[in-house]
Amino acid sequence: MPAFFTFMERSAKSAQETDEAGNKIMPTKVIGRKFLGHRRYSDRIFSSLTVFFAFVIVAILLGMIVALNFDALPAIRKFGIEFIVGTVWNAVTEQFGALPAIYGTLLSSAIGLLIAIPISLGAAIFLVELAPNWIRGPGSFLIEMLAAIPSVIIGLWGLFVLVPFVRNPIEGWLGDNLGFIPLFQGPPFGLGFLAAGIILAIMVVPIITAVSRDVMRAVPNSQREAMLALGATRWEMIRRAVLPYCRSGLVGAVILGLGRALGETMAVTMVIGNKYALTPSLFSPGATIASKIAGEFGEAAGDVFVASLVELALVLFAVTLLINVIARLLVWRMTSVKAAQE
Amino acid sequence: MMVQSIYFRRKWINRLMLGLSGIAAGIGIAMLALILGYTLVQGISYLNLDLITQAAKPAGEIGGGMRNEIFGTLILIGLASVLAIPIGLMAGIFLSDFGSPRIASAVRFAADILAGVPSIVVGVFAYALVVRPMHSYSAFSGGVALAIIMVPIVARTAEESLRLVPNSMREAALALGITRWRAVLGVVVPGALTGVVTGIMLAVARVAGETAPLLFTAFGNYFGFQGLSNSIGALPLQIYNYALSPYSDQNQQAWAGAFLLIILVLGISILVRWLSRRKRV
Repeated sequence: MPAFFTFMERSAKSAQETDEAGNKIMPTKVIGRKFLGHRRYSDRIFSSLTVFFAFVIVAILLGMIVALNFDALPAIRKFGIEFIVGTVWNAVTEQFGALPAIYGTLLSSAIGLLIAIPISLGAAIFLVELAPNWIRGPGSFLIEMLAAIPSVIIGLWGLFVLVPFVRNPIEGWLGDNLGFIPLFQGPPFGLGFLAAGIILAIMVVPIITAVSRDVMRAVPNSQREAMLALGATRWEMIRRAVLPYCRSGLVGAVILGLGRALGETMAVTMVIGNKYALTPSLFSPGATIASKIAGEFGEAAGDVFVASLVELALVLFAVTLLINVIARLLVWRMTSVKAAQE
Repeated sequence: MMVQSIYFRRKWINRLMLGLSGIAAGIGIAMLALILGYTLVQGISYLNLDLITQAAKPAGEIGGGMRNEIFGTLILIGLASVLAIPIGLMAGIFLSDFGSPRIASAVRFAADILAGVPSIVVGVFAYALVVRPMHSYSAFSGGVALAIIMVPIVARTAEESLRLVPNSMREAALALGITRWRAVLGVVVPGALTGVVTGIMLAVARVAGETAPLLFTAFGNYFGFQGLSNSIGALPLQIYNYALSPYSDQNQQAWAGAFLLIILVLGISILVRWLSRRKRV
């Protein structure tokens, strides 16, 4: 739907300029201008003001791209591609490589998604397909409430409740029983990738649940009815009719969750242990891009050090930007199909 | 016999999977209950009047409170709102009433992308934009960082609620002979006021708990408010510092602070929920 005044302006303009047969009618236009002259002036100011403020949003985004690139320039010049593959982070010798932070970001997000996806999809299925009406509203509300809890509080809880629990029994048990897998080797610290992954799972569950609930709701009922009419059970209907229909939207929901997980800072910084490590062990303390910036930016000294941290931010920004664009396109396509049908 | 066993299997798979999905929803709600319950119980046990009336004491000394940080958070929220609400609201008006479809969808896209930028990156940006030129951490830079987070939320929610105002209201207003801007500010915006306010409150709830963008903008300040161009304390920052502190007294204050913050944030969220429900009825 075009914006109201734009639409009106266009139709008014065309009405002024031509009649039904397409002939130009000049007098109306002139009269119209004269009559509305002083009003148009104030309207023009107001509408340019709205344009200005709308472009402030675009300017912020562009400014971010420019400023981050500019501030990261010393590090980009000095290290080039070495920055991405380097494994050393040493402020004294001014050697900066981001690989352990990138690895930590990807690993903790992967753990988070692995835990969060089944829970969120299950919860969304329950909320859309199974729950009676009186549970549906409050249920969604409670899960969305989880997203409203500030990340520093989730970090606080993670530090004092989750981390001891992760150290023992979770890591103890995994080490005893699955210790032959490199992932589960090493001393159980509690603080580390596993704890960060679990925290991230808690933080992305509400997002993935909310978005996949919306895309599942966008599946037309005729699909469900057709499947049930064929004699399918409820689960078979969900599995064969609902999920395939909204698959791209669900993928979008997961990617949206991924975008959030990659950029999550406080809660992860508080439970990951902040050690620059490149190890397969999930029990090991580690660092993510965000935790590295949060931990060191405030006290960074020297051009290259600061620039390296800004380049980390730039990497994070670029990745989340890409991910968000993909996710938005997938989710938009899905939900706009429904909107077009209505 | 064969046919029966297939039915049997399908029936049980159905029950199993539906049961699992119910359990998944239960886990989601249990997470909330665990975090919320623990924080509230811990927080209330360490809550005392000192928390809101006393300034912070040096590390290691028992006692003290978060008076300055609570005040700082209010200042930062106020500052961010002053910056973000006009931009967000006007951009929302542009998106719903003035933008041509193509430009509007580009702006909308930019707003959605901006909303997805990690808050720590916003902090780095605000540092480059304000802190470096001013050569000082400042309350103002913290406000700018929070405003950047608020703007896309305010703009998109404002747009959506302005769109819900029926065009007949716009036409009726114009038919009375008033200018468009007066039609917008006098008729359309008041008609969508609940939605607009809801969006603003949602944005405030979001930034009230933000910590990452404040780490190197507002920075924290033990001496209380010293003007907008000086560093300033904030409740979430102090919770973070006290959580990592080796002193158990500060840990306890972190819980108490978390209690206050959660009451503030969830209070706003629940109020928003209640407002938007009333709108629908």
